[in-house]
Amino acid sequence: MTAPPATAPAPAPPSARQLSWARRRRALAAFWREYRKDRSGVAGLIFLIVLVILALAAPLLASSRGLSAALSTNPANAGPGWHYPLGTDADGRSVLTELIWGARISLLIGFTATLLCIVIGAVVGIVAGHYGKVTDNLLMRVTDWFLVVPFLPLAIVLAKTLGPSLGVIIFVIGITSWPGTARIIRAQAMAVETRPYLERSRALGAGHTHQMIRHVLPNVMPLLLANTILTVAGTILAETTLSFLGLGDPLRPSWGEMLNQAFFTGGGSAGNQIWLIAPGIAIILVVLSFTMVGHALESALDPKLRERR
Amino acid sequence: MTAPVKPAGPGPGTAGPGTAMLSADGVAVRFGGRGRRPAARAVDGVNLDIAAGEIVALVGESGCGKTTLARTLLGLEQPTAGQVRFAGEPLSYRTGALKAYRRAVQLILQDPTGSLNPRHTVYEAVAEGVRIHRLGDEERRVADALARCGLRPPERFFQRYPHELSGGQRQRVVISGALVLEPQVLVADEPVASLDASVRGEILSLLLRLRDDLGLAALVVTHDLGLAWNIADRLAVMYLGRIVEVGTPEQVFASPRHPYTRALMSVLPESPGEPVVLTGEPPDATRIPAGCRFHPRCPELASGAAAAAGVDSQCRGVALPVLPAAAPGSRSMAACHLADVTPEPDDAP
Amino acid sequence: MSLLELRDLAVTYRTADGRVPAVRGVSLRLDEGQTLGIAGESGCGKSTLAAAVLRLLPRTATVTGEVLFQDEDVLTMRWGRLRAVRWAGASIVFQGAMHSLNPVQKIGKQIAEPILLHEPKVTPAAAAKRVASLLEQVGLPAWRANGYPHELSGGQKQRIMIAMALACSPNLIVADEPTTALDVMIQAQVLRLITGLVAERGISMIMISHDLSVLSVTCQRLAVMYAGRVVEEGPAHEVFTGAQHPYAQALAFAFPVIGDERSRLRPRGLGGDPPDPADLPSGCSFHPRCPVAEPECTSVETALWPAGPARVAACIRVRPDHAAASLSEEAG
Repeated sequence: MTAPPATAPAPAPPSARQLSWARRRRALAAFWREYRKDRSGVAGLIFLIVLVILALAAPLLASSRGLSAALSTNPANAGPGWHYPLGTDADGRSVLTELIWGARISLLIGFTATLLCIVIGAVVGIVAGHYGKVTDNLLMRVTDWFLVVPFLPLAIVLAKTLGPSLGVIIFVIGITSWPGTARIIRAQAMAVETRPYLERSRALGAGHTHQMIRHVLPNVMPLLLANTILTVAGTILAETTLSFLGLGDPLRPSWGEMLNQAFFTGGGSAGNQIWLIAPGIAIILVVLSFTMVGHALESALDPKLRERR
Repeated sequence: MTAPVKPAGPGPGTAGPGTAMLSADGVAVRFGGRGRRPAARAVDGVNLDIAAGEIVALVGESGCGKTTLARTLLGLEQPTAGQVRFAGEPLSYRTGALKAYRRAVQLILQDPTGSLNPRHTVYEAVAEGVRIHRLGDEERRVADALARCGLRPPERFFQRYPHELSGGQRQRVVISGALVLEPQVLVADEPVASLDASVRGEILSLLLRLRDDLGLAALVVTHDLGLAWNIADRLAVMYLGRIVEVGTPEQVFASPRHPYTRALMSVLPESPGEPVVLTGEPPDATRIPAGCRFHPRCPELASGAAAAAGVDSQCRGVALPVLPAAAPGSRSMAACHLADVTPEPDDAP
Repeated sequence: MSLLELRDLAVTYRTADGRVPAVRGVSLRLDEGQTLGIAGESGCGKSTLAAAVLRLLPRTATVTGEVLFQDEDVLTMRWGRLRAVRWAGASIVFQGAMHSLNPVQKIGKQIAEPILLHEPKVTPAAAAKRVASLLEQVGLPAWRANGYPHELSGGQKQRIMIAMALACSPNLIVADEPTTALDVMIQAQVLRLITGLVAERGISMIMISHDLSVLSVTCQRLAVMYAGRVVEEGPAHEVFTGAQHPYAQALAFAFPVIGDERSRLRPRGLGGDPPDPADLPSGCSFHPRCPVAEPECTSVETALWPAGPARVAACIRVRPDHAAASLSEEAG
């Protein structure tokens, strides 16, 4: 009788699920390698991650009571001090506290408005690209109308009519930003429509919904993703503009709101430069970061924007 | 899948009444014609029958309308005249009826790489048909279809993506995707044109095996005459929207009756004799010549053979009638004025 | 002297996944006025071979061996001499040539481009005259020079590519799959044109295709490539009708002779797929698909052995010792 083999029995072949997870990991690793080549994209990404962490950790970093003008005990318009590293505003609130909490509002509005914009833009783009002819014509004329309508006057009118609130801001930004996305997605959808696998799907008996969701959407997704990131930059800027002009919600101060207060309630004339500049710099950095990430994403996804062979 | 079914109708190539599974009845398809642009008569009157378990090759060059005809038989295009009939019943283009029709007649496209969504796995690609028609029992159907097409063991291919497969394997996946719906007719548009030469035989053998095992009929659209010789029971040659000759490959290749067919045969590399290389290219479908549509390029007319037979004025002026759909086993037919007045050789099978 | 001689040419690509041997030691010889066909499928290295003749490979390719064009090694030529040889000595009609035309430039300008590059003293008017003459030779009317590529059909574009290849009166033309995407009749027209021009001007030609039947009638000699090597070479018609290497046989059967009962309803193909050059089988690279593989084939890669007058085949069955061994087996 021979001795049993010293080696352990061969491992069981990987299951289908394990295989697909392994493949996803590999694809992610390959994507990251490509993305990493763009240094500014990496820098932007790091900044954004830090920012999101800060925004989420706001309650831990600075008590929300610091936002209340009534409760503040600090001197107004003070320079940097121990409890308020960036100084205070006209009501004695710590600028840093406001900055951190403002990040939440700005990012929230940015993401939500972008979501609205992307959803409308993608649906319009895909439907127009898929159905073509009359539907396409109709949808594109509607898109053109929204494209042409100047953003600011429309926003002002709507905000004044509907009252200043976060919801209104989000709505206004969303419905004025979607045309750009719609046009881009429509172009890509039209390209996908000519691919033979769409014809095959039709030959198999697929209805319109199936074709659009199972075939067109996955193939415009990379483009949509890159466009989304770039749109966030735009919506944050838009929100800043609106708040700066006084259309924002003063009770939920975003950075734009901070700028508004700093500008219009005499912060500058009182010599409180930091209060005026800090939110401005924050906005610039965030918008820049999103833009850099968006561009890096586009170039990393580029070979896959056109399909793999 | 159910157990293999013997072909219901008569075997391929034998005489006898075969039930036409799929037929085109005076089908014409025009494009355009609005405004100042003339209409393109892509298909200009075609009668074609495909019997159960029969493989018919539709041969012609680009622009002859064979792809349009194939798509019309599939219901992807509506004919502007005539009818497509399946099992005797005319095709209904209402959404529900058309979807049910898809289970009976399926499509294989030319380029297997383009036919598969690069973001879907093999499993998803084959299961698509099952999901659309809600057939249930998805995994077993997918595995059966893949195995039948030679991709064994099927489980090994489930998670693969198209770009990880070779051209031949991709085409097998496409065929599995069609088979999973248990169709009765396959319409294959240049099924092996994009594949490597040594792999073609396997795919063609697969089509023959499916015919033998499942009684699957097929319409194979191609410009490759050798393919027709390899697998077709009957052959129809198309030129500029019409079928100009139809018969079995033995009949058509051994004694072609239409000058176009004769020219095509003569330029094949191994053909004996002097190749008849037609000059120029076929005119496009918006400018179909009067009389016989082939007459401007016809070598018989140019050489005076038509004049000698007295039909040259007919060639130039009299349009030919649409060939009737030939039943399997009948003599070959050609739409040619000269052929009409030339006695047929007696050794036609 | 021979016009073109490849001596043990090997091309390896450096890729992210390692080194991929596209051509693994090919030796071929072409004399003046001869035509050679190279047959093979995807991945066999034929297009790489064509590009190597004019040193048109990317920087990621490592090339060893010699490419002797009129007794000068193209691979070690000085840049200036190479430029002179390119197009004026040897020209290429690329695969997918129809897509090589610039859609926003007039056809005449594109054909004239190599003329003006190689002969700067030629005036535009003289170049235009030569373009018109070239168009006429390829069977197109001279006024096409003022048009754009999109106005032409596939066959007509291919004729333009041929006109371009002839522009500087080369001694050698390499045609890589010149008729692959074309219909039967157009293919016949283009082949007739190419063979006519080549014969008339005494140009040598290498034609690359996967269609053995076409090569057997247009070329004098035929070499079959598989996985980066030549596996059979000989007079074209003999190789087509009586191939000795199993792969060459399979390739010949892929294009059935119409009228031949043996191929009626009996398509013949090879199982498996053409090998991935990055992952070649051991021994004879054809053995996984070979219908008559022997145990020795998995470890021994047979070199080219004589298999008849002016013929060679790289198969163990062609070797004299193998024939003797199998005879003795039968006898014993």
